[in-house]
Amino acid sequence: MNRRLFLERRTYRRNRLQDAARLAPVLAGFLFFGPVFILTSETGVGGGTGGWLVYFLLIWAGLVVLSAALSAALGRAFPQDRAPGEAEGD
Amino acid sequence: MLSLNGLVAISVLYVAGLFAVAFLAEKRAAEGRARWLNSPIVYTLSLSIYTTAWTFYGAVGSAARSGLEFMTIYLGPTLVFIGWFWLLRKLVRIGRAQRITSIADMISSRYGKSGGLAALVTVLAVVGTTPYLALQLQSVTLSFSVFAQPGVFDELGNDATSVWVASGLALFTIIFGTRSLDVNERHPGLVSAIALEAIVKLAALVAVGLFVVWGVASGPSDILARIEASPISQWTSNGARWVGLTMLSAAAILCLPRMFQVLVVENADERHLATAAWAFPLYLLLMSLFVLPIAVVGLEMLPGSNPDLYVLTLPLAFDQDGLALLVFLGGFSSATSMVIIAALALSTMLSNHIIVPIWLRITVGDDPMTGDMRRVALMARRLSIAGVLALGLIYYRASGGTEALASIGLIAFLGVAQVLPALLGGIFWRGATRVGAGAGIATGFAIWAWVLLLPNAATSGLMQGLLAEGPFGIGWLRPATPLGLVGADPLLTAMVLSLGANMFIFTLMSLVTFPSPMERLQGAQFVNVFDHSAPALGWQAGAAAADDLLIMARRILGSGRAGRLFQDAARAQGRAASLPDPNPDFLKMLERELAGSVGAATAHAMVYQITGGATVSVRELLAVADETAQMMEYSSRLERQSQELTRSARRLREANQKLTELGEQKDAFLSQISHELRTPMTSIRAFSELLMSDAGLDAETRARFSGIINAESLRLTRLLDDLLDLSVLEHGRVTLNESSVSLAGVLDRAEHATGVMEAGGRIAILRDPGAEEITLWTDPDRLAQVFINLISNAQKYCDAAAPELRISVLRNGPRIDVEFTDNGSGIPPHQRRLIFEKFTRLETTRDAQGAGLGLAISREVMARLGGGLTYVPGQGGAAFRVRLPARALRAA
Repeated sequence: MNRRLFLERRTYRRNRLQDAARLAPVLAGFLFFGPVFILTSETGVGGGTGGWLVYFLLIWAGLVVLSAALSAALGRAFPQDRAPGEAEGD
Repeated sequence: MLSLNGLVAISVLYVAGLFAVAFLAEKRAAEGRARWLNSPIVYTLSLSIYTTAWTFYGAVGSAARSGLEFMTIYLGPTLVFIGWFWLLRKLVRIGRAQRITSIADMISSRYGKSGGLAALVTVLAVVGTTPYLALQLQSVTLSFSVFAQPGVFDELGNDATSVWVASGLALFTIIFGTRSLDVNERHPGLVSAIALEAIVKLAALVAVGLFVVWGVASGPSDILARIEASPISQWTSNGARWVGLTMLSAAAILCLPRMFQVLVVENADERHLATAAWAFPLYLLLMSLFVLPIAVVGLEMLPGSNPDLYVLTLPLAFDQDGLALLVFLGGFSSATSMVIIAALALSTMLSNHIIVPIWLRITVGDDPMTGDMRRVALMARRLSIAGVLALGLIYYRASGGTEALASIGLIAFLGVAQVLPALLGGIFWRGATRVGAGAGIATGFAIWAWVLLLPNAATSGLMQGLLAEGPFGIGWLRPATPLGLVGADPLLTAMVLSLGANMFIFTLMSLVTFPSPMERLQGAQFVNVFDHSAPALGWQAGAAAADDLLIMARRILGSGRAGRLFQDAARAQGRAASLPDPNPDFLKMLERELAGSVGAATAHAMVYQITGGATVSVRELLAVADETAQMMEYSSRLERQSQELTRSARRLREANQKLTELGEQKDAFLSQISHELRTPMTSIRAFSELLMSDAGLDAETRARFSGIINAESLRLTRLLDDLLDLSVLEHGRVTLNESSVSLAGVLDRAEHATGVMEAGGRIAILRDPGAEEITLWTDPDRLAQVFINLISNAQKYCDAAAPELRISVLRNGPRIDVEFTDNGSGIPPHQRRLIFEKFTRLETTRDAQGAGLGLAISREVMARLGGGLTYVPGQGGAAFRVRLPARALRAA
């Protein structure tokens, strides 16, 4: 592997990392709103509160972990004073 | 059971503790040692003012009534923070780059610094926040009342409580919120106190949760079983409300003035956002973790009591006084932190966008840059804080009941959310215009106020009638059934109507109106903020900034002066051995020094580029351009002047040279003319003396002597005549006797007069009789005089062995030139300019007669006749061109 290929690969990773950061709220929205569309059926009968409470607490915690991981990865990809996104000037 | 007095004492102690923390933090920050204040954790904790007393107590109440729905107001902010990279990052960057001080400032800056728009958003914020403040005061009063009269939860406590709380909070906010008009509007003291309160309220809620799950119930599985058995075991929330409330709370966390204050204005470092992105959702998760268990246990244990106070009443019911006290402090913290920041944010807006502009209009003509203005702004801010809290208190007293206030939280959310279309449109769409934003916000605001706020706030009979019947009895305008929609969810209906109309009008008006240049510039700055701004430095810029400042100052002021300046400043700050701390005083001083060299606007921009991390605003750019234009104009004026001077100097040099030459000529002439006058005078005197003294002269000799005397006096007379003639010509007092005459005739006459025709004439004249057949209308005597002069000059000066003079006539349209060209060596170049001057004679080897007036006279004559006489170089010998006047031919 020559050096140039390595650099390109890193830039590519960075850009995908930013894509992930931008798409994270879409995932969160899907997880938050998905259940109500399933449950709002014609019968109007919801699900068990307890079960859904556990579901929401779990995905919530999962999203916190995901967000922390993304933040850390972005921090590593754009070290020091350079804020994420600077390189591509979006 | 705690006594009420004990509770008051503890509250006062707690507030004193907050004062101490805030004071300490301010002190440390001023000393530049508040590193912990600058941590992302403090930033995240300060964001927790989102969870007010309404959510602290009310979430459990909401859960008891409608199950999981309470989660929506936490899920919305979570969504926003998970998506920080897309939206919050841009918002914070813009806020720092443009030095935004409030949400009204943000909107106004984006839309061309519009004062009207800022005032509109300010009014909206005040109207939306006042009931919310009332809600906080109510919750504090209510929690006091729980201790005062246990068991009677729905009765209001002592009215004085709310007054005391409001006044205390006003004092706290004024002390720590308006210490100075800081460059960056940050308040380290307040933020640290808020962070402490965030910990207290989280700890309180988690403690109650732990107590309920493991103290009352026997673990998580038991709680789940109890949920199954409770009235809220079935989750039946309809999807629209779930999505709607989540979106609403997501909008609110961006638009609530207090959230904007901590999120954007108090942000010390952009990177803190990356931490808050997961830490704040985590905080919210912990806040909501035990809400449902507490609600379920409350429903089970305390049936019939107010579910909004389960958090407080459950520990009391189990005689957990310590825990109840902690909860009380948690609720107290939630209320106070919200009130403090909301009052601060509103006062900034009120002062900057309403009071100060009005003040400036009233005191127009005064210099707005004086220190007096600072005092006015500070006073305006202090009065605003007191005013905002008074408004909240009045609203609380006027609305009177818990029923009306309980629903105010979501109503307030929707009110401030009216700013969202203009905010998002402003930072993502360059086409958004001021007119669109103003119209959209005003429309949404009006619909929201009519459909939601007024019905909630109205208490008077008149209002009630108007609301029940609709204005003028028009049914579809009734707030309860807007557009005739019966039985709809009022909040969702109002949300769809107000935000829908808002967005539609915002978009439509933006599409059809044309933004001002300022708006377009600001729009580009906002939308493309990442292209223009560097990531901001930390708030304690510290040594790095000082270093950069020194480098810049050296470039502008020179090494020595910059060094002295920095040394003096460092000594004044008591840190002689190092660089000075870039505090506002130092920066102001440095800016002033630099302004002397590069102009005020440029200096300001340079200093803030380094220290503030802010980009240069459009207004500053315009100021810089102005200064540059002035300097350029000045320098081009200097250049013009210097060019003019150079030209004048050259002309003066030429004139001087000519004068010198003329002077020399005159000297030469004077000696010449004195010689000319002397020679005849000498002969006249000598011969007349001979005639007088010697009587024995014969008649012949006498006649000869008399002849000589006569000739010499004639010569003198001719010389004097010439001088007189020239003088007359030069002063334009000559009379011309014009008549019709033939050119050939004039030339013949001149030739005869000079005697060249006679035998022994020393010059041959070559003429072209065919070309000379021209009839002229002119003064023949004067023209002949010129020709005679030219011919006799050729006679005198032509130095050829066989001298000849060619007289040629050139016709060029209406112009007639007569050229006299001899075959001699011509006139040397350095004398060509002088030959037409008076008293000039060529320096030739020949002994020339005459006083050197001929050519000067000839030239004057030709000028009087309307023609000209010039020397034509490069013709072989001396060549003179007589240009005959154009009218000579026309009149003939």
